[in-house]
Amino acid sequence: MADIIAARNLFKQFNEIKAVDDLSFSVPEGNIYGFLGQNGAGKSTTIRILLTLISPTSGEIEIFGMDLKKHRKEILKRTGAIIERPDLYKYLSALENLRIFAILSGISITQKQLMDHLEKVGLSDRANSKVKTYSQGMKQRLGIAIALIHDPQLILLDEPMNGLDPQGIADIRNLILHLSREMKKTIVVSSHLLSEMELIADSMLIIDKGKKIVEGKMTELFAPSETIVELQTNSSGEAYEKIQKADLRKYVLSKKDDTILFRIHRKNVPMLVKDLVQMDIEIISLSPKHSLENYFLSLTTENQHVEAFKD
Amino acid sequence: MWKLLKIELFKIFKRPRTYIAFGAIAAIVFLFQIALWFDGKTYIELILSNIDTSFDFSEQFKGRLLNGYFVCFAVLNILLIQMPLLVALIAGDAIAGEANMGTLRLSLTKPIGRTQYMLGKFFASSIYTVLLLLFLAVLALFGSMLLFGTNDLVIFRSTSIHQMSQDDIFWRYLAAFGYAAAALTTVASLAFLLSVFADNSIGPIIATMSIVIVFTILSEMNIPLYDRTIKPYLFTTHMVAWKGFFYVRSDEEGATIKGSIENLPAILKSLSVLLIYIFLFVSSAIWIFRRKDILS
Repeated sequence: MADIIAARNLFKQFNEIKAVDDLSFSVPEGNIYGFLGQNGAGKSTTIRILLTLISPTSGEIEIFGMDLKKHRKEILKRTGAIIERPDLYKYLSALENLRIFAILSGISITQKQLMDHLEKVGLSDRANSKVKTYSQGMKQRLGIAIALIHDPQLILLDEPMNGLDPQGIADIRNLILHLSREMKKTIVVSSHLLSEMELIADSMLIIDKGKKIVEGKMTELFAPSETIVELQTNSSGEAYEKIQKADLRKYVLSKKDDTILFRIHRKNVPMLVKDLVQMDIEIISLSPKHSLENYFLSLTTENQHVEAFKD
Repeated sequence: MWKLLKIELFKIFKRPRTYIAFGAIAAIVFLFQIALWFDGKTYIELILSNIDTSFDFSEQFKGRLLNGYFVCFAVLNILLIQMPLLVALIAGDAIAGEANMGTLRLSLTKPIGRTQYMLGKFFASSIYTVLLLLFLAVLALFGSMLLFGTNDLVIFRSTSIHQMSQDDIFWRYLAAFGYAAAALTTVASLAFLLSVFADNSIGPIIATMSIVIVFTILSEMNIPLYDRTIKPYLFTTHMVAWKGFFYVRSDEEGATIKGSIENLPAILKSLSVLLIYIFLFVSSAIWIFRRKDILS
């Protein structure tokens, strides 16, 4: 499957702060691509770079096989977005907001088509109400109608579930799945709601402090049949060297401080324990990490703070 | 471009705050007209008392002074100093207001160029400025003509008196309103430039007014050093040149030369300075905005 987005060696520096640090990733066509990271990890900056709201300090981006700098307008014609909150003209009605952004998207649209779009997001009966009278969920739905008004191939959603109640979150989740599965859209969703991402994402990218930690298909990174096992040892350096010389090295996911992470099929966990003992590695603990949240925390630096608090 | 302009005008005229300026102008003009309607004679006496006492104004002359053209000139003298604030209310909000609402980032994810976007906003602010002046013209000129009738216009300066026959006045008002449009567009373009730097509109509006006030004070100061070094370069010095359309030349017998302007080159020079300022402010705003990271 072709890549819709290919970003290479992206850097963005705000004064002394590196918001994005040598980030490369690719988004396959038709995927729901989860973009995960702590607050301040660089997710929003990266999405804004993809939307040309922020210029990268350096790096290259191709979207739909075209250079983003040179073909900005062509790319944006085929892209829809919601960035953080669905901020709209509060003194205008939903219909007026939708019409304005339809024109800005470069399409001609009739009143009936506008109403049909509002109908799809369940706002047709409030089409002429001013947006300032809308609830957060209604604004989010109108934001989605605006993002989809020009039938884009690529949809970028930056924290689309922020501030929504459980029903609103479920609605957005179902809509994302519908857009991907039924309408074959490619969707990039940034979020820190890991449980939600676990339910919808096909692929994911985890970033921390602007750097890529891991990227890949969910089935590969986080297969239900596989598990992440965290080994804590007194001498991780020595243990790591021993493991690298053995067959076990193919299961190693990462090493950080006193911790070594393995990704291994569940049925092979007893074999892992046996081999580690046979290699004379001093095991303090060996614990399985089941959820995406554990996986995520095990890969990001924030985990170090969490572990410190546990101590 | 036309579509962008229509969107911007639609947004401007859908906002209640837009009509504050129209309301303020209407209130001031009506209050002034009512005052002169009931007590115009005292106002005329007050003006004449400041004139060289060697002139002996007849009662008939005094009676002809208070007419629609004269009232309009007096209104413009008062209002054209206050109008920059009303213009800054909209122009200062152009980019900063969108940033504050969060709609700037949404708009810029659409396939429109940033230069186009800025030009659409600037032209919309300029059209608003012109409409504000048209509104003022209708109320102050046509309203006063209806209320007070028409007659010759007499303008008093500290060293001279200029008299124009009533068939030689209307075109001067058209020219003066046209010039005032350029002067106020200069203020609008300054507010527009400052708007690029802010994420809420209060800052650019206050900054614009502060600059206009400081520059106006400097323009009015009678200090020889400033006359040569600073004043010629301040846009506020040139904003009042509209009055030049009402200063006429006279022949050897002292009679007004019909259709004459005392110093047309000076007016054109001032107009050029204002146009240069508009160009500099707007092109700087676009240049900065094209490179700006949208973080709001």
